[in-house]
Amino acid sequence: MTPTFLLDTVVGPAPSLNLVDDIAGLLHYQFMRNAFEAGTIVAIVAGVIGYFVVLRGLSFAGHAVSHIGYAGATGAVLIGVAPLGGLLTFTVGAAMAMGFLGKRLWGRDVAIGIVMAFSLGLGQLFVTLYKGSGSTSQSNAILFGEVLGISRGDIVITLGISSVTLLLIGIFYRQLLFASLAAEVAEARGVRVQELGVVFLGITGLAVAQSVQVTGVLLIFALLVAPAAIAQRISTRPPYAIAISVVIAVLFTWTALTLAYYYGYPVSFFLTAIAFVAYLVTRAAGSTPAWMTRLRGRA
Amino acid sequence: METEGITELACLKNVGVRLGDRTIWSGASLCLAPGTVTAVLGPNGSGKSTLLRLLLGLVPPSSGKVQVLGRPPKHGSAAIGYVPQRSGIDPDLPVRGRDLVLLGANGTRWGWGLPGAASRRRHQLVDKALSAVGATAYANRAIGRLSGGEQQRLLLAQALVSEPRLLFLDEPLTSLDIRNQVVISQLVTNIAQERHIGVLMVTHDINPIMNVVDQVVYIARGRVAVGRPADIITTTALSELYDAPVEVVHDHRGRVFVVGLEAEVAHPHDHGSTGGNGR
Repeated sequence: MTPTFLLDTVVGPAPSLNLVDDIAGLLHYQFMRNAFEAGTIVAIVAGVIGYFVVLRGLSFAGHAVSHIGYAGATGAVLIGVAPLGGLLTFTVGAAMAMGFLGKRLWGRDVAIGIVMAFSLGLGQLFVTLYKGSGSTSQSNAILFGEVLGISRGDIVITLGISSVTLLLIGIFYRQLLFASLAAEVAEARGVRVQELGVVFLGITGLAVAQSVQVTGVLLIFALLVAPAAIAQRISTRPPYAIAISVVIAVLFTWTALTLAYYYGYPVSFFLTAIAFVAYLVTRAAGSTPAWMTRLRGRA
Repeated sequence: METEGITELACLKNVGVRLGDRTIWSGASLCLAPGTVTAVLGPNGSGKSTLLRLLLGLVPPSSGKVQVLGRPPKHGSAAIGYVPQRSGIDPDLPVRGRDLVLLGANGTRWGWGLPGAASRRRHQLVDKALSAVGATAYANRAIGRLSGGEQQRLLLAQALVSEPRLLFLDEPLTSLDIRNQVVISQLVTNIAQERHIGVLMVTHDINPIMNVVDQVVYIARGRVAVGRPADIITTTALSELYDAPVEVVHDHRGRVFVVGLEAEVAHPHDHGSTGGNGR
């Protein structure tokens, strides 16, 4: 597969030193405005869901969900259905199945790893079988995102799925926190811990599916895991940490879009690179620098 | 408690528990009274935690009658505080002790939880529970970073914050140093007496709690013996319960050691009622 980032890259003018001009330039084109809108929505959802993904130690399981989503999306293209439909069905379906099978099965790295690899292979097979025009770039779009090719219609869909996702988290927030932090006590107090685990993986599936246009299924976890992991190092108060996680995710996305606009490399690259570097920096600074201790004392 | 016409908070009458086709234990009769501490003793896998889960309504009885607060056990009661085995607090758990305690007050509720009178009242309950266990000083630190004794106090506060009438503790003294074992068991006793709470405490070592325990439940080989510590932890009573030559030895400091159980657990009799932890 030759990587073609035609839709993912654009070479804009060089940035000036005038911030107002730069922002105006950045938002001059409709496709950039669309990208910022969709990116912001996805970042907010990823910041919130990511807090629980990290708290529950589901990074790897969630990653597998997104790979299964790739097989679903390419399979949908093969049978002539919208990729988002296949993606939604497969991510939510796979996530719920994992939840039902229980921690004993999906907690195993080996099982997850094998299912993940198989899903990628299956997706690749579907792409080859399809052989239609642009199949490779469509496959690339699913894998790595296509944020600069987002339409108004896409944004409406993203907004719809995001609203459902956030609403569900809002409904389950306290029970989910209880089940994540003290599962046995929560169970004894009547929280349906098992069912909640299934529902949460389903919500994660939704979040992965709606973010595919921005980051692609492979890279969503940069946005889902890094901001939340950093936020958890900054604040030990769940509501604050979630808010910080959202802010970081949004900043990552805006920065990545801006850099991509000016320098012409893929948005996904910048996004994952920023996440990687930021996480390294936080870990390195992690022990207890004075500013973070102060922040923690307050937060 | 007498004003409500209930002297006993929970009672078992000739109760047995089966999990699958295996009888965990049977013939258990005991009651938990307000302000008393009951210790549940027995070898690993004898079904000590199963007794807690039965009273919590997570496991049904296969025979006999169980009453908790005047009713059959109901899953999810706020009138029961529960502290599970403190096995898995991740040292990186990025949450304050105070937030964990708060979940004991609001963690079963739906929705996000907006600020208001109800929320303020819950925070007051949290403060009260934290000061009752003496954990106020470190309640704002990440719980994973605290010592075992400090974590145990916070888990106790989480169980107390819903103002329960029964308190179930599963191995609360495990992996604590001797000083903390004594401090925590004294703390539990004081709270039980002040608040008229009936405490049921699973433990594998009677010694740290010998002075505070009112009643002992000894589970072994599928059978359950109940009584005062001095009556149950004797060579005669335990040998009869185990159907094996078990000896109770007292050292010069008054500590109690049960000798002969190791062989019993390693080579269980034909009952098949040992092994497995009953989960």
